[in-house]
Amino acid sequence: MEFRGFVAVKDVTLSVNEGTIHALIGPNGAGKTTVFNLLTKFLTPTRGQIHFRGNDITRLKPAEVARLGLVRSFQISAVFPHLTVLDNVRVALQRPKGLATQFWLPSGSLSGLDERAMELIDAVNLSSYAHLTAAELSYGRKRALEIATTLALDPAMLLLDEPMAGMGHEDIGRIADLIRRVAKNRTILMVEHNLNVVADLCDRVTVLARGEILSDGTYATVSADPRVREAYMGTEHE
Amino acid sequence: MAVGTQYLAEQPKLRTTSLVVGAIALAALLAAPFFLYPVFLMSILCFALFACAFNLLIGYVGLLSFGHAAFFGGAAYFTAHAVKVWGWEPLSGILLGVAGAAGMGLIIGFLAIRRQGIYFAMITLALSQMFAFICLQVPFTHGEDGIQGVPRGNLLGLIDLNQPLAMYYVTLGIFLFGVFAIWRIVNSPFGNILKAIRENERRAISLGYRVDRYKLGAFVMSAALAGLAGGTKAIVFQFATLTDVQWQMSGEVILMTLLGGIGTMVGPIVGAGLVIALQNYFAAYDFPVTVLIGIIFVICVLLFRRGIVGEILELLKRKPKGTV
Repeated sequence: MEFRGFVAVKDVTLSVNEGTIHALIGPNGAGKTTVFNLLTKFLTPTRGQIHFRGNDITRLKPAEVARLGLVRSFQISAVFPHLTVLDNVRVALQRPKGLATQFWLPSGSLSGLDERAMELIDAVNLSSYAHLTAAELSYGRKRALEIATTLALDPAMLLLDEPMAGMGHEDIGRIADLIRRVAKNRTILMVEHNLNVVADLCDRVTVLARGEILSDGTYATVSADPRVREAYMGTEHE
Repeated sequence: MAVGTQYLAEQPKLRTTSLVVGAIALAALLAAPFFLYPVFLMSILCFALFACAFNLLIGYVGLLSFGHAAFFGGAAYFTAHAVKVWGWEPLSGILLGVAGAAGMGLIIGFLAIRRQGIYFAMITLALSQMFAFICLQVPFTHGEDGIQGVPRGNLLGLIDLNQPLAMYYVTLGIFLFGVFAIWRIVNSPFGNILKAIRENERRAISLGYRVDRYKLGAFVMSAALAGLAGGTKAIVFQFATLTDVQWQMSGEVILMTLLGGIGTMVGPIVGAGLVIALQNYFAAYDFPVTVLIGIIFVICVLLFRRGIVGEILELLKRKPKGTV
């Protein structure tokens, strides 16, 4: 991927196996979010190809990729701030349930989605806040809501951009459990700075530095790699 | 679930209040022609519907169109021509105006929707100015003269619209239908997605929504409803002129909506009523009404940025700030 001559990500051959939790780590500016933007088509690659479950998705539009079941979360919490928590999740449910284009129906026609929406909200411990607007939630709870919204699409593959960023200790444990639970029947690629979480959750780790892959393998292999230690300037977790 | 239960308990109260206010407003509208000049009231109703249609786009999708005069004035021309030259019955004439405005909305919207913010506004302005120029040049609009002397005729061959009261109640019916349609669109599954797009477009895309189609859909609906207002106005005032397609008209509808309150159902109606009333009142004096409206506009933007109705609603639902 090049931005007006600046090469942000180069020669990244990343393959994520179905059914695994795969972490993408690396120092700031390594190109992790760029890779996410490329995979979900928010950016179009200058060169190279992207395949998802055997289909070439290199030229698709972002909404099409999401419809194929490759759904992302954002680094900065992406909620609909002035909608209630319930409405946030319902918006995600509306399209798969075919209730998104009916401009002649009352919004009461969406009450059929409430049960499923509340299940998802409950899964991230937000049931007591279901009728507050998303803007009223704390940062950690906004992230939790975002995950609930993403899960509403029941995606085959989930791309989580720093799901733990800015979260307190308790929240981290809860979200890690949630990720483990939802990973049972899907593939997860996550960018995460908290290496405890990565060591604990992920089957495989890819280290990115200055737009290139530095190392790839299990957490143990990767963390033993001297190049990785150097990239993290000795500050990485053992 | 304490919060949720409390919220649900508040809902019926809110609903009752809105129903009472709505009933009083409806009674006032029904009784109004016995106290006020019907043409003045019909003028307010037409512009209020126009402002509501405009508000559907800016208030609920977040798109500022600076070309809505094209739909309002265009529909007025279509309706006036169909009724006067082809001898159509008034309701079919208005429907033709609606269809014409929707078609124009599809073209202008398709070209403008890919851009955002000021670029979107500029494209709609440019295209509507092109349309105004066409209206000046083509023969059927009669250039500077406009289409004059449009017969009001008999609605569906039954109701004689030359009776001021009959014309008023038909206009009121069309107005109520239009406002109901907007209310229904806003509070529908489709309206939910529109609000989501306004709130966070990238997130809506990442949830798989083809947002351009939703925006275009809303644009066409807004254009069609602006056309409903314009077509009705052509029947009420019995003419269609260049005034209604020019950019000043696009500016006026923005002003009405801003004054009343963007993104509120009632705001544009109040704003339209205020602007039309001021224009009528000061028409009899030497004082230039545009200066006065300009001053009011500045005061509004400086003191109550949510508009009149927006500020009132904010006062009613004020609650402690902060997060949980």
